[in-house]
Amino acid sequence: MTKSKKLTGAEIFLECLKEESVDTIFGFPGGAVLPIYDALYDSSLKHILVRHEQGAVHMADGYARATGRPGVVLVTSGPGATNTVTGIATAYMDSIPMVVFTGQVPTALIGNDAFQEADIVGITRPCTKHNYLVKDIKDLTRVIKEAFYIATTGRPGPVLVDLPKDVLNASIEYSYPESVELNSYHPTYKGNLRQIKKAMDIILKSKRPVVYAGGGVVLSDAAAALKTFCEKLKLPTTNTLMGLGGFPGTNKLFMGMLGMHGTYAANMAVTNTDCLIAIGSRFDDRVTGKTEEFAQYAKIIHIDIDPTSISKNVKVDVPIVGDVNNVLKELIKLIPSAKGLKEYKANIADWHTQVDKWSSTHKLSYKDSPKGRLKPQYVIEQLYKATNGDAIITTEVGQNQMWAAQFFLYDKPRTYLTSGGLGTMGFGLPAAIGAQVAYPKRTVVDIAGDGSIQMNIQEVATAVQYKLPVKVVILNNIVLGMVRQWQEFFYDKRYSHTCVSVAPDYVKLAEAYGAVGLATGKRDEVASVLKEAMKVKDRPVIMDFRVDPAENVYPMVPAGQPLNKMLLV
Amino acid sequence: MRHTISVLVINEFGVLSRISGLFSGRGFNIESLTVAETVDPKISRMTIVTSGDEAILEQITKQLNKLVSVIKVHDFKGEPHIERELLLIKVTANAETRAEVLRIVDIFRAKVVDVSPRAYTIEITGDEEKVEAFKELLRPFGIKEIVSTGRIAMPRTPKHHK
Ligand SMILES: Cc1ncc(C[n+]2csc(CCOP(=O)(O)OP(=O)(O)O)c2C)c(N)n1
Repeated sequence: MTKSKKLTGAEIFLECLKEESVDTIFGFPGGAVLPIYDALYDSSLKHILVRHEQGAVHMADGYARATGRPGVVLVTSGPGATNTVTGIATAYMDSIPMVVFTGQVPTALIGNDAFQEADIVGITRPCTKHNYLVKDIKDLTRVIKEAFYIATTGRPGPVLVDLPKDVLNASIEYSYPESVELNSYHPTYKGNLRQIKKAMDIILKSKRPVVYAGGGVVLSDAAAALKTFCEKLKLPTTNTLMGLGGFPGTNKLFMGMLGMHGTYAANMAVTNTDCLIAIGSRFDDRVTGKTEEFAQYAKIIHIDIDPTSISKNVKVDVPIVGDVNNVLKELIKLIPSAKGLKEYKANIADWHTQVDKWSSTHKLSYKDSPKGRLKPQYVIEQLYKATNGDAIITTEVGQNQMWAAQFFLYDKPRTYLTSGGLGTMGFGLPAAIGAQVAYPKRTVVDIAGDGSIQMNIQEVATAVQYKLPVKVVILNNIVLGMVRQWQEFFYDKRYSHTCVSVAPDYVKLAEAYGAVGLATGKRDEVASVLKEAMKVKDRPVIMDFRVDPAENVYPMVPAGQPLNKMLLV
Repeated sequence: MRHTISVLVINEFGVLSRISGLFSGRGFNIESLTVAETVDPKISRMTIVTSGDEAILEQITKQLNKLVSVIKVHDFKGEPHIERELLLIKVTANAETRAEVLRIVDIFRAKVVDVSPRAYTIEITGDEEKVEAFKELLRPFGIKEIVSTGRIAMPRTPKHHK
């Protein structure tokens, strides 16, 4: 430890962020955090002033998803803190590393129903990986160090640190702890070698293997290892929504996404496989459909860093607890000397033929009509062309999210940022802003629904303020499309409260904010609108694509049905 | 299936709420829960009696282990261990029944800790089986109130080292 002069809690806070190599924080001020905001006045730390605290959290989340580094949020006590809850829960469900700092009333007032007091530690206990209330300035540096450590190690997740105002005002000699001592927290990184060998054995004895890879691949930066592994063993591969980009979307072995809106090939392959290799995925109900019939003929191998994910929903045969990247590298090492490799490759030839057949007979498609209404899928295909596939895509929630998953191909990890676990409408725009802050030169596009975009539309002002050229593609179908789709299929077309046709003129709205607004409902104008939007480099662009309100997402496996019971176009 | 689980946790504020929140949030059952400091004042032990099938118990143990405040989780299932709980039982005891109640108290090595003209308050410690049998025998006299500590447990020390 290096000792130095006395600093206030607020100053120490900023020093700690420097130690943690934080370059940007997303925040919104208020009484309880005024000491920090005052210290920020002289600091070189980049602070993005948001328009709503939920926006700050999604921005930090987008920043973290795009970079792999923890997102950092700073808000005030009471309403500032409670406004972060949806964002924190979103990050928690998708295992996103993040540290949220909330102001708190002075320690002497805690529990007194003081002005702007909220028990944010109590409120966020079930939706954070861990959280802290710092009651004594002596604990401040240790807690911040632990918070970053916990957020970024093991299965990542959000950590909240509640900072009472008197702690921020107190002063103490500053020194940053060099290491973390937590005797109750030891994530497992290395997989058990015996289990890894057993897994390899089962794979090589299989005739119909499938890889089902999830967000864990992206989180552990294992995309390269996954590609090598799958290519060496010629494994047909599918991604979950969270896994998209973890395996190249244009690779021959890629079958597309699986699950409720997965491709025909992926869902059929998973239904018929005799060896399912689940990698960094968690058998979510939107993926498995009816669990009893999910991969029912398969021996299941499951690699995940979180033991609670294993055998939670579906019983697995070979659990391997460890970091996905580590375990994949171990598996790859075993390949050259593996017994039966040749026979294996001969044995799986028929399976490849079968998978190819499924892929070609039921490609992802939609009924395009050059004369009729503009189709949302067409807009996404055009976006893919306009960006050469080289963009960071964020999404809102609903049909827009699914079409973005289906009709844009993600070749690289950290390029499809979506709220998969919680399904938070309003995520996409702030997440795009966060990603754009991290990568000012890259193309960042929020694929949005007209319902969702309204949920955090205020952040357009943030993007304008910081000259962030985020692109928003609104697939404007004047309905809460995904809910409308369920009403059409399962509620006898009783469209109860899903029409949102009373909406702002998005072109005018964009202009009112100081952004660029473009709109079209014509197929042959889509490419030119996108082209024009891509030229804008100094402010956000909102594109209003008026698309067919009757369009549905296919394939669809009705909730609770087995994956091979798909409704097709 | 009933299980007694011992959980070593860091002795800090909010830790009880983390544990109980995990149980309620995931729909796990708590039949009883006791908490107290261990020999190391920085560490507390919680003894939780819960029930569920094998898969649920596996989840409970794993989820508990995942909490940052939890140091160690131990399920006593299938392992020699000692369990105890302490109960205070208030039972009707009038002139006619008093002698009989006292005889039962005696047999079970329980203790009368408070006496009034119409009732005895009895203290008993023991494992579940003993305590249940005791309650059964007292029931006909009229049990007015029961307060229990919940169960605590400790593994037996192996008698022979291999
Ligand atoms: C915050 C929040 N509220 C409600 C929902 C439920 N929900 C899921 S999809 C959806 C419709 C979204 O409509 P829109 O943004 O227009 O997208 P579309 O499905 O039309 O593409 C709703 C309301 C949700 N996911 N998030």
